[in-house]
Amino acid sequence: MSARQHTPETPRRRWREAFRRVQPYLFVSPFFVLFAVFGLFPMLFSIGLSLHRWDPAAGLSQMQWVGLDNFRYALLDDDWFSQSMRNTLWIALVSGLPQHLVALPLAWWLHTRLRGLRNLVLGLYFLPFITSTVALSLVFTSMFSKDFGIVNTALGHVLGLAPIDWNQPEYTKIMISLVVFWRYVGWNTVLYLSALQTVPRDLLEAAALDGARPWQQFVHVVLPLLKPMAYFAVTLTLIGNLQLFEEPFILTGGTGGIDQGGRTAAMHMYRVAFTEGDFGTASAIAWLLFAVMALATWGNNRLLGERKGSR
Amino acid sequence: MTMHRRAFIRGLSAAPLAAGSAGAAGSRVLQVATFPDLDRAAALAVPRFERAHPGVRVRLTVLAYADFPTAMITALAAGANLPDLMGMDREIVGQLADSAGLHDLSAVPFQAGQRSSEVVPFALTAGHSRKGTLTAFPVDIGPGCLFYRSDLLQQAGLQEAELTASWADFIRCGERLKARHNSYLVAHAGDIADVVIRNGLRPGDGVFYSAEGRPLVRAERFEQAFNWAARARRSGIDARVTAWSNEWAEGLRRGRIASQMFGGWFGGHLANWIAPKAAGLWRCAPLPAGNFASWGGSYYAIPRGAREPALAWDFLQVLALDPAQQRTAFTTLDAFPAMTAVHADPLFDQPLPYFGGQRARQLWRDASQRIPAVDADRNDRLARDVIQAALERVLEHGDRISDVLADAERRILRRARISASTAPA
Repeated sequence: MSARQHTPETPRRRWREAFRRVQPYLFVSPFFVLFAVFGLFPMLFSIGLSLHRWDPAAGLSQMQWVGLDNFRYALLDDDWFSQSMRNTLWIALVSGLPQHLVALPLAWWLHTRLRGLRNLVLGLYFLPFITSTVALSLVFTSMFSKDFGIVNTALGHVLGLAPIDWNQPEYTKIMISLVVFWRYVGWNTVLYLSALQTVPRDLLEAAALDGARPWQQFVHVVLPLLKPMAYFAVTLTLIGNLQLFEEPFILTGGTGGIDQGGRTAAMHMYRVAFTEGDFGTASAIAWLLFAVMALATWGNNRLLGERKGSR
Repeated sequence: MTMHRRAFIRGLSAAPLAAGSAGAAGSRVLQVATFPDLDRAAALAVPRFERAHPGVRVRLTVLAYADFPTAMITALAAGANLPDLMGMDREIVGQLADSAGLHDLSAVPFQAGQRSSEVVPFALTAGHSRKGTLTAFPVDIGPGCLFYRSDLLQQAGLQEAELTASWADFIRCGERLKARHNSYLVAHAGDIADVVIRNGLRPGDGVFYSAEGRPLVRAERFEQAFNWAARARRSGIDARVTAWSNEWAEGLRRGRIASQMFGGWFGGHLANWIAPKAAGLWRCAPLPAGNFASWGGSYYAIPRGAREPALAWDFLQVLALDPAQQRTAFTTLDAFPAMTAVHADPLFDQPLPYFGGQRARQLWRDASQRIPAVDADRNDRLARDVIQAALERVLEHGDRISDVLADAERRILRRARISASTAPA
């Protein structure tokens, strides 16, 4: 028999041993606790909510099970939801595509031609991204004012156009898209510029020795190497644009504008929840929006993502 | 070292307990949730209330006006972080009045019914739920009137009486103003519809719903309201801007928009930030065509989750039923008193310099006595959204009013998820 077997197991020793065993879990627990409370629980609760009819002001006891009725209502009966989805996709495309078409050559230009002032110019492009969306949208609201805005004044002086009422439905989406484009083009430029800095210089030199002109180097050497970053940047644009809320909310005064021309899906979800007091349908809309985002990301993955054996 | 660490940890864990017990023994805290400018009226009452309640501290939590309803609905939904006293704007009273999470103020121990005759009846009616419980108590009201630029009207050769005789005259004045001064008479044609839909309500009815909860948007008053709005749009007398937008404020400031129908509190906005330089040029008139309506107004409710409901009721009584407080809030913030006893105060007869010495408060007081009581419904905001969209179809696309209103009724029923066959008759 060893001496250890003779030592009495005091409660204090047992407690210390137990504490030693759980210590690692305690150290990693803050993340899991926070994730469970602020990430997992709201997500699961939102799934539950989407299957209930619930006016939040009435209290939790008033929840009524309705199965998939909220999804059916959102897809088949809620014409404002279908319209807001169309608006969202329109704005996502019209503001999203030019962001990348401008950011890519801009990043290439900054990378190759503007060495000295590059950081300063990059900082200026990045400024809208780090400025408050609310402040930006308010400034743009003033700029697009029909009678007193600088945009109409400039159009009148330069092109001799009559003042445009930017609140009309045919202009609302264009106005929102312009603001979103302006805000995020700098962010995408930074992403592409960081990717450009990892392109091996010898590859470009080899292409130059083979007689490739700068634009040929860009198209045939640089662009294929930027594909992983393009995939990442386009994914962020897709998710961000499909969740668009602040810019259209402030530019249209929270209503979506005339004919709901600027009402996005996220805005509609907010109004269904807090104006109509229907959290169940709002949750169903959130999950439908998630499905659209998942589908768009999958499509992007098929288009720009890496395939097995592609290297 | 180990001992020091243990002592330190013990000290840390004991600190909150000590602080809590000291707080419990030393003072009670009354949590009041409010929003600008209602918070300023509450702040005026705090020193006196704290003096009258030794050991009680009032803590005002002020949220931005636009965020406030969302925060309160979320708090009621979760049943957590509820204040002892919850402020609310007239616009969301309907949505919250039916909440199971709010105390019935007419029941024991509050018994607000005993003092309900002391406030303006139309404001008190809106604070009732569909079940008849009193869940929100008014502190200030917004009796409506027509604010107009007297100098612009004069330049167009118009008199106040012409402007307010009827809606047809109002539109005719707008046409003359446009022709002679190139100004718009109203900000948006919908402002006219907003007044006319309140015409001829039956007792117990709301603006959008009957006492039984049936949508009323196909009533004749809606058809008339849409008609007048469409006529105003066709005449070109509206600036096509919505209230509180930058263009709207700028239009009022520069005299491009010559009038605005709003509650009496709007006088303070005009004088303080919209058009302070136009002092002496603005006047008040009764609403056109003998209409009476109110805009805004503030209420307080006591959540069931309140930790200090009795103190909350005491503070609410100071805010709503103390003549000195009501008078101070009126003179300081233009918060028109909901308490009728204050309406006899001589300050109502004082001339107001901003309105060129006009005794505008008398006008607001007279209006407050003639505004019909309108029931609030939990789906009012939904119906307002639908009606606004319907009116845009008429104004922007010239759609037929009867068709648009029929669509609006269907949409209200559908959005409120009430089947047409089961809608209350």
